[in-house]
Amino acid sequence: MTRRLPSTDVVVVGLGWTGSIMSLELARAGLNVVAIERGPWRDTAADFPPATSADELRYAVRQDLFLRPAQETLTFRNNISQNALPIRRWGSFLPGNGVGGAGVHWNGHTWRWHPWDFTHRSSTIERYGADFLPPDNMMQDWGITYDELEPFYDRFEYLCGIAGKAGNLRGVIQEGGNPFEGPRQREYPTPPMRLTQAPTMFEKAARELGWHPFPNPSANMSQAYTNSYGCRLAPCTYCGFCERFGCGNYSKASPQTCVLPALVRQSNFEARTECQVTKVNLSADGKRATGVTYRDTSGREWEQPAEMVLLCAYQLFNVRLLLLSGIGTPYDPRTGEGTVGRNYAYQITGGATGFFPGERHFNPFVASGSEGIVVDDFNDDNFDHTQVGFVGGSSVACIPTNGRPILNRPVPEGTLRWGSAWKRATHENYNRTASVGIQGSVMPYRGAYLDLDPTYKDPLGLPLLRLTFDFQENERKLRRFGVDRCIEAVRAMGADRVIRNEITGPYDIVPYQSTHTTGGAIMGADPKTSVVNKYCQSWDVPNVFMAGASLFPMNAGFNPTGTVGALAYWAVDAIRERYLKAPGPLVPA
Amino acid sequence: MSPRTPARRLAALLAPAFVLLLGALPAQADDNDYVAIERGRYLATVGDCSSCHLHRESPYAGGRGIEAPFGTINAPNITPDPETGLGRWTRDDFARALQQGVSRNGGHLYPALPYPWFTRISREDSDAIYAYLRTVPPVSNAVNRDTLPFPFSIRAVMRVWNGMFFEPGRFQPVIGRTDEWNRGAYLVEGLGHCGACHTPVNALGGSRRSQSFAGQALQGWYAPNIGGSSYQGIGEWGVDDVVQYLRTGANGWTRASGPMAEVVQRSTSRMTEADLRAIAVYLRDQPGRGPATAPPALAADSPRMRTGQAIYVDNCSACHRRDGQGVESMIPSLASNQIAVQAGPETLIRLVLSGSRPAATDAEPTAPAMPAFGWRLNDAQVADVVTYLRNSWGNAAPPVEASVVQTMRRQLAARGE
Repeated sequence: MTRRLPSTDVVVVGLGWTGSIMSLELARAGLNVVAIERGPWRDTAADFPPATSADELRYAVRQDLFLRPAQETLTFRNNISQNALPIRRWGSFLPGNGVGGAGVHWNGHTWRWHPWDFTHRSSTIERYGADFLPPDNMMQDWGITYDELEPFYDRFEYLCGIAGKAGNLRGVIQEGGNPFEGPRQREYPTPPMRLTQAPTMFEKAARELGWHPFPNPSANMSQAYTNSYGCRLAPCTYCGFCERFGCGNYSKASPQTCVLPALVRQSNFEARTECQVTKVNLSADGKRATGVTYRDTSGREWEQPAEMVLLCAYQLFNVRLLLLSGIGTPYDPRTGEGTVGRNYAYQITGGATGFFPGERHFNPFVASGSEGIVVDDFNDDNFDHTQVGFVGGSSVACIPTNGRPILNRPVPEGTLRWGSAWKRATHENYNRTASVGIQGSVMPYRGAYLDLDPTYKDPLGLPLLRLTFDFQENERKLRRFGVDRCIEAVRAMGADRVIRNEITGPYDIVPYQSTHTTGGAIMGADPKTSVVNKYCQSWDVPNVFMAGASLFPMNAGFNPTGTVGALAYWAVDAIRERYLKAPGPLVPA
Repeated sequence: MSPRTPARRLAALLAPAFVLLLGALPAQADDNDYVAIERGRYLATVGDCSSCHLHRESPYAGGRGIEAPFGTINAPNITPDPETGLGRWTRDDFARALQQGVSRNGGHLYPALPYPWFTRISREDSDAIYAYLRTVPPVSNAVNRDTLPFPFSIRAVMRVWNGMFFEPGRFQPVIGRTDEWNRGAYLVEGLGHCGACHTPVNALGGSRRSQSFAGQALQGWYAPNIGGSSYQGIGEWGVDDVVQYLRTGANGWTRASGPMAEVVQRSTSRMTEADLRAIAVYLRDQPGRGPATAPPALAADSPRMRTGQAIYVDNCSACHRRDGQGVESMIPSLASNQIAVQAGPETLIRLVLSGSRPAATDAEPTAPAMPAFGWRLNDAQVADVVTYLRNSWGNAAPPVEASVVQTMRRQLAARGE
């Protein structure tokens, strides 16, 4: 029996970055907000104090902070001719679990995407012609421009205290920053992090190659910072336990450090943890959400009525919730019709590892998730694509995120993987090995999408999400081109042996590559080709708003969190300033 | 709050006569006097009533155990429930409890209710608090009020105690001092009852007024010296520092932890700027207590200091930094923090063993926690690192022995901390 709870103004599904930001902004606007989170409450002091947080076995190997397949998994196939099978261990990407979401265990690379990204289809056609677009692409503009989003990028960066160097201040290119970035209204909140030896060498080599290196924009703090909510961050200690870890030093921007201390003081906010939302409930005509249904850990089912529903779960699970709730029309790759599930995209990765002769002091144990140098010359449309034959591009970066003892064992190819030879090779190479890598954009294609699996179900009897995805020739070319740049860089840095890191063959969901999955509930200007309008509001059910990377019509060569945060502020601003004054569609369908 | 005007003083003087006439009637008129009730709510916040009378269903339904020198006393239910709370109490009964430490039935109360301080509260303020407490929802919660062992279980014993240590009487403004100073004195010595923790008590639990605000070990912490000493007290703090500490829970010197974190969260962070300033002005005018100057610091190259330094570098320096300066308004400095050099090392030891969560306030919501190290440092290591920080960066204080850490560890375990 479902127990019905008293109604609230707003129910938020998922209490990560977007859920916490939107909860706080709406609670401060006077609304009663209930956030429902599948995982546990997580708190710096109780869950990852610095005396115990640097535990590589627990967090990096055993993945303590991540979603368990027993909670939810998905089925996977490379193309529609195959039968999808459930994955039994999260691998290629690692969804977070619990309050803070992926904001707990991220590395902190905080990018603004390029103006080109938001108009990538029309801009590509304008520059290269329609024939230049890859076959079967589903590229489409976002319905929003960089200029519209700029103030909200600024808000998110100043929420987090991002450490970086501006490259374009109100249209004036700045020495030392990224000359390819869109114009920003002001400098980063804090100066860049300090550099260890490998990225310092990469910076010099990149300049010699004629590229434009600049510091990676970092949510790990270069100095103490206090945001506008009064939340404080301490300087990073460069301990090297960022990715897959919670930061015990209050040095990494996260919902825990930047939002929750203020949010939990709101008496009109309530969080319900370890409760899984299974459905957004709709009115009889299907045009209005009446709240959500969720299950607690004892299996009891509850209904939380609400005037407004914000879907702030991880990208995949936002899409699944729409499908399970019957909001919007599921995408059909055969006809190309329907919207929910379309434009799934991923990122493509690769790089080069160099072994350097002589005495080196790379000291990789001195690290943060974001300390490093990036080159943007080969990303998006920052270079002439006429000769390379692909759309999009990649950032090229030297960001030695850690030198942790279990998983960081750089040894030359051919070394035995055990015993004294392996130990000796580790000893010889640990301090003189450096990698340069790419993070490449992935365009949307007709056959890459999400839907409900017809066979496999979760423990509650609900169909699992099915992922159909493979890399296309456009992206393989892009990767080859990017990895070639990495090899040039590593050689210019002085490496005498270089390993080419490039996975070939079909997309493999087993080895870790990137947690930057995107699309499936995309934003756009046309209800026929998008799930939400430019204000992240459902075309079909106007009191449902979406957040997160499921909104992205494509994936870029940068990490998504900056854009995820900016869109959350953009959407909540539209809710507060426009929707609340006149509830209804903010864009006529 | 405005300083006490002559009209208010007159009202306070006349109040007892008024009560003589009307005292037998239940205080019904107050239920609709919004101004008095709001004033009472504020005064109940100033007095931090809810820290002790807290209950899961109401801030005032009682039941919380208050550690007193001779045993634990459960705070009573002070909601207006007629059977288990103050429902049948008149405003006279209430004023008599606050000002004289005598219950409605004529029995003596224990000074866990800080009536040795509350005796200075004006009748007007007592009535306002009473009026406010009449408005909180009644909660039925019967509290066992007889938990002390013999002979303290005999409440009449308190008559003797009162004869020895209790000085009843309303607050009298000191002529020649500013209204602000007098307001501060009224709050600190009366309703705020700062000395209940910060003034040491004698063997019988009576406050040693000659050592006002000199600090003492209490509830597994050391309530620090808040007198005017530059060495152990707040002699170097400015009025603004005191105000900032009480309003936000943190300032450039230190941050509130343990029982003081509760005081800040429930009481001082919700007080008016004028009252905080008055408290600061009065406290900053207190004479120095305890030793006036520091003893010579232990030599930096002595074995215990070297061991302590090695432990400090490995475990503490990432946050508190090699120079002990910490991060301003975030990680407390150890180099200019009087907590490090208190006469008793209880607070320092327990912070290392069990960690702590400082006060979170609207102004300082982050409340960065000190992690626990008791699970990985043994008693000797804790003693060495505490000795190191008591004698580094200009600090100087007697060393701490491992046996003291061992005792503290046992006490914390017994308290479930």
